[in-house]
Amino acid sequence: MSVPIDNSPKFAEYAHPEAIVSTEWLAAHLSTPNLVIVESDEDVLLYEIGHIPGAVKIDWHTDLNDPVLRDYVQGEAFAALLSAKGISRESTVVIYGDKSNWWAAYALWVFKLFGHEDVRLLDGGRDKWIAEGRELTKEQPELIPSVYPVIERNDAPIRAYLSDTLAHIGKPMIDVRSPEEYSGERTHMPAYPEEGALRGGHIPGAASVPWARAANEDSTFKNRAELEALYLDGAGLKPGDDIIAYCRIGERSSHTWFVLNYLLGFTGVRNYDGSWTEWGSAVRVPIVKGTEPGALVA
Amino acid sequence: MTDLPSVLAETREDFLDLGDKDKIQLLIEFAEELPDLPAKYADHPELLEKVEECQSPVYIFVEVENNTVAVFATAPEQAPTTRGFASILAQGLTGLSVDEALGIPDDFPSTLGLNTLISPLRVRGMTGMLWRMKRQIREKTEA
Repeated sequence: MSVPIDNSPKFAEYAHPEAIVSTEWLAAHLSTPNLVIVESDEDVLLYEIGHIPGAVKIDWHTDLNDPVLRDYVQGEAFAALLSAKGISRESTVVIYGDKSNWWAAYALWVFKLFGHEDVRLLDGGRDKWIAEGRELTKEQPELIPSVYPVIERNDAPIRAYLSDTLAHIGKPMIDVRSPEEYSGERTHMPAYPEEGALRGGHIPGAASVPWARAANEDSTFKNRAELEALYLDGAGLKPGDDIIAYCRIGERSSHTWFVLNYLLGFTGVRNYDGSWTEWGSAVRVPIVKGTEPGALVA
Repeated sequence: MTDLPSVLAETREDFLDLGDKDKIQLLIEFAEELPDLPAKYADHPELLEKVEECQSPVYIFVEVENNTVAVFATAPEQAPTTRGFASILAQGLTGLSVDEALGIPDDFPSTLGLNTLISPLRVRGMTGMLWRMKRQIREKTEA
Protein backbone atom coordinates (compact mmCIF):
# COMPACT_ATOMS: atom_id res chain seq x y z
CA MET A 1 0.00 0.00 0.00
CA SER A 2 1.32 3.39 -0.85
CA VAL A 3 2.05 5.98 1.80
CA PRO A 4 -0.65 8.71 1.89
CA ILE A 5 0.17 12.21 0.76
CA ASP A 6 0.13 15.30 2.96
CA ASN A 7 -3.13 17.14 2.30
CA SER A 8 -2.09 20.49 3.78
CA PRO A 9 -3.89 23.37 1.99
CA LYS A 10 -0.54 25.07 1.25
CA PHE A 11 0.70 22.00 -0.61
CA ALA A 12 -2.58 21.46 -2.47
CA GLU A 13 -1.84 24.64 -4.43
CA TYR A 14 1.47 23.27 -5.69
CA ALA A 15 1.65 21.43 -9.01
CA HIS A 16 2.86 18.26 -7.26
CA PRO A 17 1.64 18.14 -3.66
CA GLU A 18 2.79 14.51 -3.51
CA ALA A 19 6.43 15.67 -3.53
CA ILE A 20 6.39 17.51 -0.21
CA VAL A 21 5.40 16.84 3.40
CA SER A 22 5.18 19.00 6.50
CA THR A 23 6.88 18.43 9.84
CA GLU A 24 3.44 17.72 11.39
CA TRP A 25 2.77 15.06 8.78
CA LEU A 26 6.17 13.45 9.25
CA ALA A 27 5.87 13.43 13.03
CA ALA A 28 2.58 11.56 12.62
CA HIS A 29 4.00 9.07 10.11
CA LEU A 30 7.39 8.24 11.65
CA SER A 31 6.79 4.51 11.82
CA THR A 32 4.83 4.07 8.61
CA PRO A 33 5.79 0.85 6.81
CA ASN A 34 7.57 1.40 3.52
CA LEU A 35 8.51 4.97 4.47
CA VAL A 36 12.24 5.70 4.81
CA ILE A 37 13.43 9.05 6.15
CA VAL A 38 16.78 10.25 4.81
CA GLU A 39 18.89 13.07 6.22
CA SER A 40 21.20 14.80 3.74
CA ASP A 41 23.21 17.79 4.92
CA GLU A 42 25.87 20.23 3.97
CA ASP A 43 27.46 19.61 7.37
CA VAL A 44 28.45 15.97 7.38
CA LEU A 45 28.37 15.57 11.19
CA LEU A 46 24.84 16.85 11.86
CA TYR A 47 23.22 13.44 11.58
CA GLU A 48 25.55 12.14 14.30
CA ILE A 49 24.73 14.91 16.78
CA GLY A 50 21.00 14.20 16.46
CA HIS A 51 18.52 13.22 13.74
CA ILE A 52 14.83 12.49 13.27
CA PRO A 53 14.04 9.11 14.86
CA GLY A 54 14.47 6.31 12.36
CA ALA A 55 16.23 8.45 9.77
CA VAL A 56 19.21 7.16 7.79
CA LYS A 57 22.05 9.32 6.51
CA ILE A 58 23.00 9.75 2.87
CA ASP A 59 25.81 12.17 2.18
CA TRP A 60 25.90 13.89 -1.18
CA HIS A 61 29.71 14.11 -1.27
CA THR A 62 30.71 10.73 0.03
CA ASP A 63 27.75 8.56 -1.02
CA LEU A 64 26.30 10.05 -4.20
CA ASN A 65 29.42 11.31 -5.95
CA ASP A 66 31.78 9.12 -7.89
CA PRO A 67 35.06 9.13 -5.95
CA VAL A 68 37.16 9.61 -9.09
CA LEU A 69 35.17 11.25 -11.87
CA ARG A 70 33.32 14.50 -11.39
CA ASP A 71 30.02 12.67 -11.78
CA TYR A 72 27.39 10.87 -9.76
CA VAL A 73 27.64 7.21 -8.88
CA GLN A 74 26.54 4.61 -11.40
CA GLY A 75 23.66 2.17 -11.00
CA GLU A 76 25.61 -0.52 -9.14
CA ALA A 77 26.85 1.84 -6.45
CA PHE A 78 23.45 3.51 -6.10
CA ALA A 79 21.78 0.11 -5.72
CA ALA A 80 24.35 -0.95 -3.12
CA LEU A 81 23.87 2.29 -1.17
CA LEU A 82 20.08 2.15 -1.13
CA SER A 83 20.07 -1.56 -0.29
CA ALA A 84 22.33 -0.89 2.68
CA LYS A 85 19.98 1.88 3.85
CA GLY A 86 16.97 -0.42 3.66
CA ILE A 87 15.38 1.44 0.75
CA SER A 88 13.61 -0.58 -1.93
CA ARG A 89 12.45 0.63 -5.32
CA GLU A 90 8.89 0.86 -3.94
CA SER A 91 9.84 2.78 -0.78
CA THR A 92 8.50 6.23 -0.12
CA VAL A 93 11.54 8.35 0.71
CA VAL A 94 11.28 11.62 2.65
CA ILE A 95 14.49 13.65 2.53
CA TYR A 96 15.35 16.52 4.84
CA GLY A 97 18.48 18.51 5.59
CA ASP A 98 20.14 21.68 6.81
CA LYS A 99 20.38 25.03 4.98
CA SER A 100 16.72 25.11 3.81
CA ASN A 101 17.13 21.68 2.24
CA TRP A 102 19.90 22.57 -0.25
CA TRP A 103 21.54 19.19 0.00
CA ALA A 104 18.28 17.39 0.58
CA ALA A 105 17.03 18.80 -2.73
CA TYR A 106 20.33 17.81 -4.31
CA ALA A 107 19.95 14.25 -3.02
CA LEU A 108 16.35 14.17 -4.24
CA TRP A 109 17.52 15.25 -7.68
CA VAL A 110 20.08 12.41 -7.75
CA PHE A 111 17.35 9.94 -6.72
CA LYS A 112 15.39 11.24 -9.72
CA LEU A 113 18.36 10.66 -12.06
CA PHE A 114 17.74 7.02 -11.17
CA GLY A 115 14.00 7.40 -11.57
CA HIS A 116 13.09 6.59 -7.97
CA GLU A 117 9.40 7.34 -8.04
CA ASP A 118 8.23 8.42 -4.62
CA VAL A 119 10.70 10.89 -3.13
CA ARG A 120 9.46 13.83 -1.09
CA LEU A 121 11.06 16.79 0.69
CA LEU A 122 10.31 17.79 4.26
CA ASP A 123 9.15 21.42 4.05
CA GLY A 124 11.43 23.47 6.32
CA GLY A 125 13.93 20.64 6.67
CA ARG A 126 16.06 20.07 9.72
CA ASP A 127 15.86 23.65 10.94
CA LYS A 128 12.09 23.70 11.22
CA TRP A 129 11.96 20.29 12.88
CA ILE A 130 14.41 21.55 15.51
CA ALA A 131 12.77 24.97 15.86
CA GLU A 132 9.51 23.23 16.70
CA GLY A 133 11.23 21.29 19.45
CA ARG A 134 10.53 17.94 17.86
CA GLU A 135 12.33 14.77 18.89
CA LEU A 136 15.92 14.10 17.82
CA THR A 137 17.95 11.01 18.56
CA LYS A 138 21.55 9.89 18.24
CA GLU A 139 20.43 6.30 17.92
CA GLN A 140 21.15 4.73 14.56
CA PRO A 141 18.25 2.64 13.27
CA GLU A 142 18.78 -1.09 12.87
CA LEU A 143 18.63 -1.54 9.15
CA ILE A 144 17.43 -4.57 7.28
CA PRO A 145 19.14 -4.45 3.90
CA SER A 146 16.70 -4.33 1.02
CA VAL A 147 17.07 -5.47 -2.55
CA TYR A 148 17.40 -2.41 -4.76
CA PRO A 149 17.68 -3.09 -8.50
CA VAL A 150 20.58 -1.79 -10.57
CA ILE A 151 19.06 1.06 -12.57
CA GLU A 152 20.88 2.87 -15.32
CA ARG A 153 20.99 6.58 -14.62
CA ASN A 154 18.95 8.67 -17.03
CA ASP A 155 20.48 12.15 -17.00
CA ALA A 156 18.98 13.78 -20.08
CA PRO A 157 15.55 14.89 -18.80
CA ILE A 158 16.74 16.77 -15.71
CA ARG A 159 20.50 17.25 -16.02
CA ALA A 160 22.31 19.66 -18.35
CA TYR A 161 25.95 19.33 -19.29
CA LEU A 162 28.20 22.17 -20.43
CA SER A 163 27.40 21.48 -24.10
CA ASP A 164 23.65 21.44 -23.40
CA THR A 165 23.96 24.73 -21.57
CA LEU A 166 25.96 26.33 -24.38
CA ALA A 167 23.25 25.27 -26.83
CA HIS A 168 20.59 26.64 -24.48
CA ILE A 169 21.86 30.24 -24.49
CA GLY A 170 19.01 32.46 -25.58
CA LYS A 171 16.42 30.31 -23.81
CA PRO A 172 15.36 30.80 -20.19
CA MET A 173 18.09 30.28 -17.64
CA ILE A 174 18.11 31.02 -13.93
CA ASP A 175 21.29 31.87 -12.04
CA VAL A 176 20.55 31.16 -8.38
CA ARG A 177 23.80 32.47 -6.86
CA SER A 178 24.18 35.66 -4.84
CA PRO A 179 24.07 39.02 -6.66
CA GLU A 180 27.85 39.44 -6.14
CA GLU A 181 28.58 36.12 -7.78
CA TYR A 182 26.17 36.94 -10.63
CA SER A 183 27.73 40.28 -11.43
CA GLY A 184 31.23 38.90 -11.11
CA GLU A 185 32.28 41.66 -8.72
CA ARG A 186 33.60 39.33 -6.06
CA THR A 187 37.28 40.10 -5.83
CA HIS A 188 40.10 37.71 -5.27
CA MET A 189 42.60 39.04 -2.76
CA PRO A 190 45.95 37.50 -1.90
CA ALA A 191 45.70 34.73 0.72
CA TYR A 192 41.93 34.60 0.32
CA PRO A 193 41.68 31.24 -1.37
CA GLU A 194 38.38 30.99 -3.18
CA GLU A 195 36.85 27.70 -3.98
CA GLY A 196 35.71 28.29 -7.43
CA ALA A 197 36.37 29.55 -10.84
CA LEU A 198 38.94 31.47 -12.81
CA ARG A 199 36.45 34.03 -14.13
CA GLY A 200 33.51 35.85 -12.53
CA GLY A 201 30.13 36.74 -14.01
CA HIS A 202 27.19 34.78 -15.41
CA ILE A 203 26.00 32.89 -18.48
CA PRO A 204 24.64 35.29 -21.15
CA GLY A 205 20.91 35.81 -20.79
CA ALA A 206 20.55 34.12 -17.40
CA ALA A 207 18.15 35.84 -15.02
CA SER A 208 19.31 36.35 -11.45
CA VAL A 209 16.97 34.80 -8.88
CA PRO A 210 18.98 33.91 -5.77
CA TRP A 211 17.69 30.54 -4.53
CA ALA A 212 16.82 31.82 -1.05
CA ARG A 213 14.05 34.02 -2.40
CA ALA A 214 12.02 30.83 -2.80
CA ALA A 215 12.35 30.11 0.91
CA ASN A 216 10.79 31.68 3.98
CA GLU A 217 12.71 32.62 7.12
CA ASP A 218 11.79 29.29 8.68
CA SER A 219 13.32 27.40 5.70
CA THR A 220 9.92 26.37 4.28
CA PHE A 221 9.05 27.01 0.65
CA LYS A 222 7.03 30.09 -0.21
CA ASN A 223 3.47 29.50 -1.30
CA ARG A 224 2.42 29.09 -4.90
CA ALA A 225 1.33 32.70 -5.45
CA GLU A 226 4.61 34.04 -4.04
CA LEU A 227 6.65 31.67 -6.18
CA GLU A 228 4.71 32.66 -9.31
CA ALA A 229 5.34 36.32 -8.55
CA LEU A 230 9.05 35.55 -8.27
CA TYR A 231 9.64 33.31 -11.27
CA LEU A 232 6.84 34.20 -13.69
CA ASP A 233 6.27 37.92 -13.11
CA GLY A 234 9.80 38.60 -11.84
CA ALA A 235 12.08 36.42 -13.97
CA GLY A 236 9.73 36.25 -16.94
CA LEU A 237 9.37 32.47 -17.14
CA LYS A 238 6.34 31.29 -19.11
CA PRO A 239 4.43 28.00 -18.85
CA GLY A 240 5.96 25.49 -21.23
CA ASP A 241 9.46 27.02 -21.05
CA ASP A 242 12.54 24.83 -21.13
CA ILE A 243 14.70 26.11 -18.30
CA ILE A 244 18.22 25.50 -17.04
CA ALA A 245 19.12 26.42 -13.47
CA TYR A 246 22.69 26.65 -12.21
CA CYS A 247 24.71 27.86 -9.23
CA ARG A 248 28.26 27.04 -8.12
CA ILE A 249 28.27 23.26 -7.96
CA GLY A 250 24.58 22.51 -8.46
CA GLU A 251 23.32 22.30 -4.90
CA ARG A 252 21.45 25.59 -4.56
CA SER A 253 20.12 25.17 -8.08
CA SER A 254 18.66 21.78 -7.08
CA HIS A 255 16.54 23.74 -4.63
CA THR A 256 15.35 25.98 -7.48
CA TRP A 257 14.94 22.95 -9.77
CA PHE A 258 12.65 21.42 -7.16
CA VAL A 259 10.62 24.62 -6.93
CA LEU A 260 10.21 25.02 -10.70
CA ASN A 261 9.50 21.35 -11.32
CA TYR A 262 7.35 20.20 -8.40
CA LEU A 263 5.88 23.36 -6.93
CA LEU A 264 5.25 25.36 -10.13
CA GLY A 265 4.85 22.45 -12.53
CA PHE A 266 7.37 23.28 -15.29
CA THR A 267 8.13 20.08 -17.13
CA GLY A 268 11.35 20.98 -18.95
CA VAL A 269 13.67 22.02 -16.12
CA ARG A 270 17.26 20.86 -16.01
CA ASN A 271 19.91 21.42 -13.38
CA TYR A 272 23.36 22.29 -14.75
CA ASP A 273 25.43 20.73 -11.98
CA GLY A 274 28.76 21.70 -13.54
CA SER A 275 27.57 25.22 -12.78
CA TRP A 276 29.97 28.08 -12.23
CA THR A 277 32.89 25.96 -11.05
CA GLU A 278 32.88 24.47 -14.55
CA TRP A 279 31.60 27.38 -16.67
CA GLY A 280 33.78 30.00 -15.01
CA SER A 281 36.90 27.92 -15.67
CA ALA A 282 36.06 26.58 -19.12
CA VAL A 283 38.02 27.97 -22.06
CA ARG A 284 36.25 30.31 -24.50
CA VAL A 285 32.71 30.02 -23.17
CA PRO A 286 30.84 33.36 -23.19
CA ILE A 287 30.48 35.29 -19.94
CA VAL A 288 28.58 38.46 -19.08
CA LYS A 289 29.72 40.75 -16.25
CA GLY A 290 27.45 43.10 -14.36
CA THR A 291 23.88 43.08 -13.14
CA GLU A 292 22.10 42.82 -16.51
CA PRO A 293 21.40 39.39 -18.06
CA GLY A 294 23.05 40.45 -21.32
CA ALA A 295 23.01 38.39 -24.47
CA LEU A 296 25.31 36.32 -26.60
CA VAL A 297 27.43 38.57 -28.79
CA ALA A 298 28.18 36.84 -32.07
CA MET B 1 56.62 17.26 8.27
CA THR B 2 58.92 16.88 11.29
CA ASP B 3 58.57 20.40 12.67
CA LEU B 4 54.78 20.38 13.03
CA PRO B 5 53.96 21.88 16.44
CA SER B 6 53.26 19.19 19.01
CA VAL B 7 49.52 19.74 19.54
CA LEU B 8 48.80 19.59 15.83
CA ALA B 9 51.13 16.62 15.39
CA GLU B 10 49.23 14.77 18.11
CA THR B 11 45.89 15.68 16.55
CA ARG B 12 47.06 14.29 13.26
CA GLU B 13 48.32 11.07 14.81
CA ASP B 14 45.03 10.63 16.62
CA PHE B 15 43.03 11.01 13.43
CA LEU B 16 45.31 8.78 11.39
CA ASP B 17 45.14 6.01 14.01
CA LEU B 18 41.34 5.85 14.04
CA GLY B 19 38.79 4.06 11.88
CA ASP B 20 36.15 6.06 10.05
CA LYS B 21 33.48 5.91 12.73
CA ASP B 22 35.89 7.03 15.45
CA LYS B 23 37.29 9.80 13.27
CA ILE B 24 33.77 11.23 13.04
CA GLN B 25 33.44 10.92 16.81
CA LEU B 26 36.76 12.68 17.40
CA LEU B 27 35.76 15.55 15.15
CA ILE B 28 32.47 15.88 17.07
CA GLU B 29 34.48 16.02 20.30
CA PHE B 30 36.59 18.82 18.88
CA ALA B 31 33.39 20.62 17.86
CA GLU B 32 32.06 20.35 21.41
CA GLU B 33 35.32 21.68 22.82
CA LEU B 34 35.27 24.93 20.84
CA PRO B 35 35.00 27.54 23.60
CA ASP B 36 32.62 30.49 23.42
CA LEU B 37 34.21 33.73 22.34
CA PRO B 38 35.56 35.87 25.16
CA ALA B 39 33.21 38.79 25.84
CA LYS B 40 35.61 41.33 24.33
CA TYR B 41 35.10 39.68 20.92
CA ALA B 42 31.56 38.42 21.35
CA ASP B 43 30.47 42.04 21.81
CA HIS B 44 32.46 43.24 18.79
CA PRO B 45 31.50 41.18 15.78
CA GLU B 46 33.12 43.76 13.48
CA LEU B 47 36.55 42.61 14.68
CA LEU B 48 35.95 39.11 13.43
CA GLU B 49 36.81 37.85 9.97
CA LYS B 50 34.33 35.66 8.11
CA VAL B 51 35.78 32.54 6.52
CA GLU B 52 34.24 32.64 3.06
CA GLU B 53 35.51 29.20 2.12
CA CYS B 54 33.14 27.60 4.62
CA GLN B 55 29.49 27.36 3.77
CA SER B 56 28.50 27.75 7.40
CA PRO B 57 29.05 31.11 9.04
CA VAL B 58 32.35 30.86 10.89
CA TYR B 59 34.29 33.84 12.17
CA ILE B 60 37.85 33.97 13.39
CA PHE B 61 40.04 36.39 15.25
CA VAL B 62 43.76 36.11 15.92
CA GLU B 63 45.67 37.87 18.70
CA VAL B 64 49.43 38.28 18.75
CA GLU B 65 50.94 39.43 22.03
CA ASN B 66 54.59 39.18 23.05
CA ASN B 67 55.22 37.04 20.00
CA THR B 68 52.57 34.53 21.16
CA VAL B 69 49.52 33.61 19.10
CA ALA B 70 45.95 33.12 20.35
CA VAL B 71 43.14 32.10 18.02
CA PHE B 72 39.43 32.57 18.65
CA ALA B 73 36.60 31.28 16.51
CA THR B 74 32.85 31.01 16.56
CA ALA B 75 30.45 28.92 14.49
CA PRO B 76 26.85 27.80 15.05
CA GLU B 77 26.09 24.69 17.05
CA GLN B 78 24.28 23.33 13.99
CA ALA B 79 27.56 23.40 12.04
CA PRO B 80 29.59 20.73 13.87
CA THR B 81 32.06 20.04 11.06
CA THR B 82 33.00 23.69 10.80
CA ARG B 83 33.20 23.97 14.59
CA GLY B 84 35.41 20.88 14.69
CA PHE B 85 37.79 22.33 12.09
CA ALA B 86 37.94 25.67 13.91
CA SER B 87 38.53 23.94 17.23
CA ILE B 88 41.43 21.83 15.90
CA LEU B 89 43.14 24.96 14.62
CA ALA B 90 42.35 27.14 17.66
CA GLN B 91 43.77 24.49 20.00
CA GLY B 92 46.71 23.84 17.71
CA LEU B 93 47.76 27.44 17.14
CA THR B 94 47.05 29.06 20.48
CA GLY B 95 50.22 29.37 22.52
CA LEU B 96 52.59 29.03 19.58
CA SER B 97 55.19 31.61 18.72
CA VAL B 98 54.67 33.61 15.54
CA ASP B 99 57.36 31.65 13.70
CA GLU B 100 55.98 28.29 14.82
CA ALA B 101 52.48 29.23 13.69
CA LEU B 102 53.63 30.58 10.33
CA GLY B 103 55.67 27.39 9.85
CA ILE B 104 52.57 25.17 9.85
CA PRO B 105 52.35 23.69 6.37
CA ASP B 106 49.45 25.17 4.40
CA ASP B 107 48.26 21.71 3.52
CA PHE B 108 48.01 20.53 7.14
CA PRO B 109 44.19 20.04 6.94
CA SER B 110 44.47 17.62 4.05
CA THR B 111 47.00 15.46 5.93
CA LEU B 112 44.48 14.44 8.62
CA GLY B 113 43.08 11.57 6.58
CA LEU B 114 39.64 13.20 6.35
CA ASN B 115 39.43 13.77 2.62
CA THR B 116 37.62 10.55 1.76
CA LEU B 117 35.43 10.59 4.83
CA ILE B 118 34.46 14.26 4.87
CA SER B 119 35.12 15.15 1.18
CA PRO B 120 37.96 17.32 -0.17
CA LEU B 121 35.56 20.22 -0.74
CA ARG B 122 34.73 20.41 2.95
CA VAL B 123 38.33 19.96 4.06
CA ARG B 124 39.15 22.93 1.84
CA GLY B 125 37.05 25.02 4.23
CA MET B 126 39.55 24.19 6.97
CA THR B 127 42.43 25.08 4.68
CA GLY B 128 40.78 28.47 4.12
CA MET B 129 40.57 28.95 7.88
CA LEU B 130 44.27 28.14 8.38
CA TRP B 131 45.35 30.49 5.59
CA ARG B 132 43.30 33.32 7.00
CA MET B 133 44.70 32.74 10.48
CA LYS B 134 48.25 32.85 9.15
CA ARG B 135 47.49 35.98 7.15
CA GLN B 136 46.13 37.70 10.26
CA ILE B 137 49.24 36.68 12.20
CA ARG B 138 51.43 38.22 9.48
CA GLU B 139 49.38 41.43 9.44
CA LYS B 140 49.47 41.75 13.20
CA THR B 141 53.19 41.10 13.38
CA GLU B 142 54.03 43.70 10.77
CA ALA B 143 51.88 46.35 12.44
